[in-house]
Amino acid sequence: MTDQEKILNEVTDSDYKFGFQTNIDTETIPKGLNEEVVRIISAKKEEPKWLTESRLKAFRHWQTMKMPQWAHLRIPEINYQDIIFYAAPKQEAKYENMDEVDPELIDTFNRLGIPLEEQKQLAGVAVDAVMDSVSVKTTFQDTLADKGIIFCSFSDAVKNHPDLIKKYMGSVVPYTDNYFAALNSAVFSDGSFCYIPKGVHCPMELSTYFRINAANTGQFERTLIVAEDDSFVSYLEGCTAPMRDENQLHAAIVEIVAGENTEVKYSTVQNWYPGNKEGKGGIYNFVTKRGICRGDNSKISWTQVETGSAVTWKYPSCILKGNNSVGEFYSVAVTNNYQQADTGTKMIHIGKNTRSTIISKGISAGKSENSYRGLVKVLKSAENARNYSQCDSLLLGDKCGAHTFPYLEVDNRSAVVEHEATTSKIGEDQIFYCNQRGIDTENAISLIVNGYAKEVLNKLPMEFAVEAQKLLAITLEGSVG
Amino acid sequence: MSEAKIMLEIKDLRVSIEGKEILKGINLSVKAGEVHAIMGPNGSGKSTLASALAGRDYFHITHGKIIYEGKDLTELAPEDRAREGIFLGFQYPVEIPGVSMVNFLRTAINSMRKYRGQDALPAGDFLKLMREKKKVVEINSDLTNRSVNEGFSGGEKKKNEIFQMALLEPKLAILDETDSGLDIDALRIVANGVNKLRSPQNATIVITHYQRLLDYIVPDVVHVLYKGRIVKSGDKSLAKELEEHGYDWIKQEVDADT
Ligand SMILES: Nc1ncnc2c1ncn2[C@@H]1O[C@H](COP(=O)(O)OP(=O)(O)O)[C@@H](O)[C@H]1O
Ligand SMILES: [Mg+2]
Repeated sequence: MTDQEKILNEVTDSDYKFGFQTNIDTETIPKGLNEEVVRIISAKKEEPKWLTESRLKAFRHWQTMKMPQWAHLRIPEINYQDIIFYAAPKQEAKYENMDEVDPELIDTFNRLGIPLEEQKQLAGVAVDAVMDSVSVKTTFQDTLADKGIIFCSFSDAVKNHPDLIKKYMGSVVPYTDNYFAALNSAVFSDGSFCYIPKGVHCPMELSTYFRINAANTGQFERTLIVAEDDSFVSYLEGCTAPMRDENQLHAAIVEIVAGENTEVKYSTVQNWYPGNKEGKGGIYNFVTKRGICRGDNSKISWTQVETGSAVTWKYPSCILKGNNSVGEFYSVAVTNNYQQADTGTKMIHIGKNTRSTIISKGISAGKSENSYRGLVKVLKSAENARNYSQCDSLLLGDKCGAHTFPYLEVDNRSAVVEHEATTSKIGEDQIFYCNQRGIDTENAISLIVNGYAKEVLNKLPMEFAVEAQKLLAITLEGSVG
Repeated sequence: MSEAKIMLEIKDLRVSIEGKEILKGINLSVKAGEVHAIMGPNGSGKSTLASALAGRDYFHITHGKIIYEGKDLTELAPEDRAREGIFLGFQYPVEIPGVSMVNFLRTAINSMRKYRGQDALPAGDFLKLMREKKKVVEINSDLTNRSVNEGFSGGEKKKNEIFQMALLEPKLAILDETDSGLDIDALRIVANGVNKLRSPQNATIVITHYQRLLDYIVPDVVHVLYKGRIVKSGDKSLAKELEEHGYDWIKQEVDADT
């Protein structure tokens, strides 16, 4: 074994900093999935009949479907009868007043760096905190309401804004879309709803923080963002979970609807528990995220930093229907140990002069597998469509895998589609160069990796870019030397 | 000068790469305040010696000792050697895309300060220091705004090494063919940078293939490294002699002996 191999082999513990569990009374329903369970969830949430029916329709459809096999992932069979589909911290209800919130909950979110007290929060960030199946607290609602912005939990939106939910839910990701979308549409628990009225520039970052706490439960959240004409919103999503030996299922849906002259920026820092060094435990993360630029001159931009989960299956996409609309996908996906990620995007060009940009940076270490999978589809109607894709892979060590699966379907000859891909290994000479300037190996890797991912990290809202950088370093801790 | 204390003592150093012996018993003693030049034909082992001093473990030390300021250097990790004041100007500086020179050097300086128990340098002080040192090597301002060595010309890379040296203020600088590929102006700037750093407390080992650089950096001792051994040492006139007659006469001498 050469020294280089030896260095790369010394995979030590990389600690997951958010692996603690909150001891709080949790109300759960019995394990398993059937029509009765779907009805119970709907009843717990006191949902209107149309929504119960919509869930049942999705459930029946899901039963006819099979788990997709096309991803470059090895996933053991999931036993849906062994999962709890609803868990909520007891003493539920929304807390109007901080005094009513269980101190354990406040403490949990404090430890996650998400204080629920508005005065302690980052100025300019409103948070919806979701624990297991319910939203615990949404901050700054009043401030936002002044502008006519609705930012609340999905459950609250069902109660208070049923027309909007009825109109837009499933309009971008129908329950028939795929296996996990159907599952989510049947059993979704909570999530966030966000509505920006015409002409409003949302004055603060909106963010949802998802936390899985209860054991053996799945998390199935749903987020819906509707931005009317001439509006702007920047939205951020974060997530963590305790360390457990069993795998836990997470299947989410995010839908974005953008009107005319509208911009929606959606950023994710995905840090679900990735499992331990031997690949035991961790979250199975199956997510369907899609946005539609319905009007002309709109833009939807996805930025994701994916560091967590044992398995990630996720393709945030844009349907560019309006003329001159723009879709962007910026991604950093890091996998270490036995993590597997199959992630990318779909850019569907329908309108004229539509443009899309895809920048994907995969970083693989340990024995992990990291794949980019992306589709660029240009319909006949999309005169003068443009796409630029750049997919880079960085390997740390020689036991990990990096793969690129670009798909192109172009039905209009005026389209210009460019694709570039590179694969590189983190250089021992780069690390030594840093060492020689007094920088130890851990810090050297952190510098090099952050440099590599800079183009994407720069797209994150400032407050979170620093956190994301630290997260990259932590995820790769111990992967070399 | 003979009163000065010994900074670096290399004793019968043997170094192998993948089982092949490259350095076959090097002896070298460098005192504070001295400049040593190491010359020799390509493939003699000059860079190997530099790498072994800097601690690249691809190069296995099979025998001998390196004592630096009284400490056994071989027990120190490369970053700790750097923090102890050893600087290597690389023959082939590497590119680190996306990492700005500013970020890189601030991380470097603060790692060193931490090692010495000092607080991190405030951003303002650091930028001021950068500006000062940039003048020393007459380095183009936008070079330091770019990523480490990325897209730098050969000459810019070499100047950048000297700039880093000026900023990090090492006790022992080892410059591996910093002169190759430089035009006369750049050569003068590089030499100037080295001369400014020269002090009774510091020492420099200048590795070069040509004697040209030694017109600007006047060495106290010149060594000729050939086939993994120092086969000749002398004062600066040895460099002149090599310039006039090339390496062949030395090769012949040595090859006749073995
Ligand atoms: N990384 C390496 N792997 C294998 N052989 C090497 C390596 N580096 C140097 N060598 C060999 O070691 C010998 C000395 O090389 P080097 O120290 O670079 O010489 P110089 O700097 O004097 O030109 C040469 O025979 C060279 O081929
Ligand atoms: Mg050399």
